[in-house]
Amino acid sequence: MRVKAQMAMVMNLDKCIGCHTCTVTCKQVWTNRPGTEYVYFNNVETKPGIGYPKRYEDQEQWHGGWTLDRKGRLQLRAGGRLRKLLSIFYNPDLPSIDDYGEPWTYDYQRLIDAPLGTENPTAHSISALSGRDMDMQWGGNWDDDLAGATEHAVRDPNLTNMEQHVQMEFEQAFMFYLPRICEHCLNPSCVASCPSGAMYKRDEDGIVLVDQDRCRGWRFCVSGCPYKKVYFNHRTGKAEKCTLCAPRIEVGQPTICSETCVGRLRYLGLILYDADKVLEAAASRDPHDLYEAQLSLMLDPDDPQVQAEATRQGISDDWLEAARRSPTYALAARHRVALPLHPEYRTMPMVWYIPPLSPVADIVHAAGYDEADPDKVFATIDALRIPIEYLANLFTAGDTEPVRRVLRKLAAIRATMRAEQLGLEPNEELASAVDTSPTELRDLYRLLAIAKYDERYVIPMTHAEDAGRLLAQHEQMFCSLDAQGGPGMGVTEPAGPGGHTFRADDGREHFNLLGWDGASTSPHLFPDPGAAEGGPS
Amino acid sequence: MNGVTAGQVFWWVAVPYFALGVFVIGHIWRWRYDQYGWTSRSTQLQERRMLKWGGPLFHYATFAAIGGHVLGILVPAAFTEFLGIPDHVYHKFAAIAGTVAAILVIVGVVILAARRLLVPRVRATTSPVDWMALVLLLVIILSGIVPTIYNMFGSAYDYRGTVSVWFRGLFTGHPDVTAVTTAPLIYRVHAVSAWLIWMVWPFTRLVHAWSYPLWYLWRPYVVYRSRAVVHSNEPGTSGRRWRRIGTRF
Repeated sequence: MRVKAQMAMVMNLDKCIGCHTCTVTCKQVWTNRPGTEYVYFNNVETKPGIGYPKRYEDQEQWHGGWTLDRKGRLQLRAGGRLRKLLSIFYNPDLPSIDDYGEPWTYDYQRLIDAPLGTENPTAHSISALSGRDMDMQWGGNWDDDLAGATEHAVRDPNLTNMEQHVQMEFEQAFMFYLPRICEHCLNPSCVASCPSGAMYKRDEDGIVLVDQDRCRGWRFCVSGCPYKKVYFNHRTGKAEKCTLCAPRIEVGQPTICSETCVGRLRYLGLILYDADKVLEAAASRDPHDLYEAQLSLMLDPDDPQVQAEATRQGISDDWLEAARRSPTYALAARHRVALPLHPEYRTMPMVWYIPPLSPVADIVHAAGYDEADPDKVFATIDALRIPIEYLANLFTAGDTEPVRRVLRKLAAIRATMRAEQLGLEPNEELASAVDTSPTELRDLYRLLAIAKYDERYVIPMTHAEDAGRLLAQHEQMFCSLDAQGGPGMGVTEPAGPGGHTFRADDGREHFNLLGWDGASTSPHLFPDPGAAEGGPS
Repeated sequence: MNGVTAGQVFWWVAVPYFALGVFVIGHIWRWRYDQYGWTSRSTQLQERRMLKWGGPLFHYATFAAIGGHVLGILVPAAFTEFLGIPDHVYHKFAAIAGTVAAILVIVGVVILAARRLLVPRVRATTSPVDWMALVLLLVIILSGIVPTIYNMFGSAYDYRGTVSVWFRGLFTGHPDVTAVTTAPLIYRVHAVSAWLIWMVWPFTRLVHAWSYPLWYLWRPYVVYRSRAVVHSNEPGTSGRRWRRIGTRF
C-alpha cells in the first residue's frame, strides 16, 4: 500500500446558478495575459450543450484519455509513444483556436479618436491573434443557457443514444450548469502524453502542474487531456493549466473559484488513496465498474491501519487530521453522493459532482408526491426533468443505478428535513430505503446546506518549514553568521503576538488587517484616544 | 596555401569559426538563461489545415537532406570507394535520392512559407529574428536544390573533391581554402548561408531541434515530483519572464 494524499474538489450542482463568478475571478487571477485570452482554467457550461472547446467530450473525435487495448492493457487513446514522436510535427488530435473561439478585443481608441459626425462611433471587434477586424463566430459561452439549443445543444455528445428522451422544445427542455476545472486526475493522461516530461503530479497533494521551464511546446498534453483542460499559450508557445491555485492551497486557503463561489457549492479537502492500485483500477474492463473502482482506491482516514501506514510513509499528523475532517471524502466515499465526471476516460478524475435534482416533468407524478410514502418520493426521481440517462452519461459512464441512488438520497434528505421542520413524524423507512440512517441524513444535510467556510474547505498547510530558512540563506536576508553556533547568534527578534502589529514609519504601532481572523483582539487598529490632540498640525 | 586573399580567408576560415563559436556559446547562454523561451513555438493552434501537410513534409524531407549531407560531406570519397561503390553509382544514387528529398523539401517549405506569410494569425507570431532565420533557410534550401537537380540531368559536379575537403578541414584545423574557392558560386552561397544560420540558430525557435524528446520512449508514463524549494534567481539572471501586456513579441 502506497498512501498518497490528493487535494480533491466536490461541486454540488444543485446549487449552481450559472453566474460565472468563478470563471471571472479565475480569469482575473490566472489568464488575463496576452496569449491566454481564450483560456479559461475554470469555465461553466450549460448542459446539455456543446461544451468548451466544441464537443470536447467526444473522444471518438479528439482521442483524449485512456482506453484498453485488445489484451485489456491501459493505452493512451491517441496512440503509443512512438506514434506520438512520429506525429510531433502535426498533432492530428489538437483542437484549433476556432474550437475554443477566436479571442477578440475592441477598437476602443476609435471611440475617442472618431471625427465629429452625425453617427455614433462604434468600437469594432478585432482579433487578439492578428489584430485585424473580425466577426465573432464562437466563444467559450456561446451556447450559455441553451442559446441556440436547437442548433448546438443537440450536438452534445452526452445525448447520443437518448434522442428519444430529449426534446428541445421550450416547454420540455431541461438544463443545468456544469462548472469545470482541471480534474487533477490520479492517472493523468496529459502527464503521460507530455513527451518532454515537463508535466508532473505533485507528490504531496496530487496537484497536476506544468513546469514552464521544461515545456517545449509539443502540445500533446492538450490533446491527451479528455477534458481539454490543458491549454496552449499562443504567445509563449507553452502549455498552461489550472494549478488548483497551488500557491493558495499551500497556505491553507481555498482556490479562487471556491472562495468566490456565491452559491458556496464547492468543497475542498484531502482524499487518501492507494497509489499502487491506480493502474489496476483504471484498467477495469467494464466502464460501469470504473466509478466503484475509483472509490475502492480511496482509503478510510479513520482506519487505524491506514493511519499507521500513512504516518510510516511520511504523511504528517495534521494532514491526517485534515483527511479525517475532509468534506470531499465525506461526500464522495462516506455518503456516496458525489460522482466523478466521465470516469470512462479512465483518468481517475478528482473533481467530483453531486448531480442536480430538478423539477418533476410529469404532472401526474407531481400530483401524487407524498413525502410520507417512500415509494412516491422515489417514483418522482425517474420523472425528473433532467433524464437520469443524461446524468449517467456524464458521471457514471452510462450506468443509471448509482445516479438514481444519489438522487434518491438527496430526495430523502429533503423529505426528512421537511417532515422535521413541519413537526411531522420522521419516516425511518425513508432513510433505510437509501441504506442510511436519519442521523447520517442529518449529517449530510448539514454538510450540503449549512456547512461553514472551515467545514467546506479543510486544507492543511504545506509543510515548508525549511523553505524560509533555505531561501533566507540564499538571499542573505540575515547575516550568515547568525546561524546556531555562529558569532552573531541570538539576535533575531521574537514576532509580536500573532504577528499582527508592526511599527510603521510614523513611529506608531499599527495593526495589520491582513490575515486577521476578525474575532481576536486588534490592538492599535485605531490610534490611541490621546493621539489626535498631539497629531501633526 | 599560395595566393589566398584576405577576403577568401574571411569567408572560408573566419566566418565558419566565428559562426561555430557563436553557435556553441549562444546555446550555452540560451540554455542557462532562457529555459522559459526554449520552445518549438507551434502555431498549430492558429492554423492546422496547411500545417498538416507542410509540417511533416518539411521536417521529414529535411532529415533526409541532412542524411545526404552527412554522406556527401563527412564521408570521404575514398571511403565509398573502399566499400566498392563506383563513383558513378554514388553520384547516380546521390542525385536521385537528393532530388526526391529536394522536391519534398521545396513542397513543404512552400506550404509553410505561404502559411507564415499569408495567414495573418500565423504571421503575427513571427519575431524579427525568426524572419531572419526563415530567409536564411530559404536561401539555403534554394541554393541546395538547384545544383542537386542540375546534377541529376547535367554532368555531375564532384563537390566531394572540393567543398567536402574544405569542410572536413575545418574540423581538423587545416581548412583547404583553395579547394572551396574553385567550387561554383551556388555551392559557395549555400555554404556561407549555412554558416550564417548556425550563427542565428541559438537565438531563434530553431533551438527546438535539440529538444526532440527521444527519452519519452523509455520514460514511465506518469511523472511524480515533490514540491521543491525553488531558489529565486540571482538578480539580473532570471531570463525572459511574462511580457508586459501590450508589448509585441
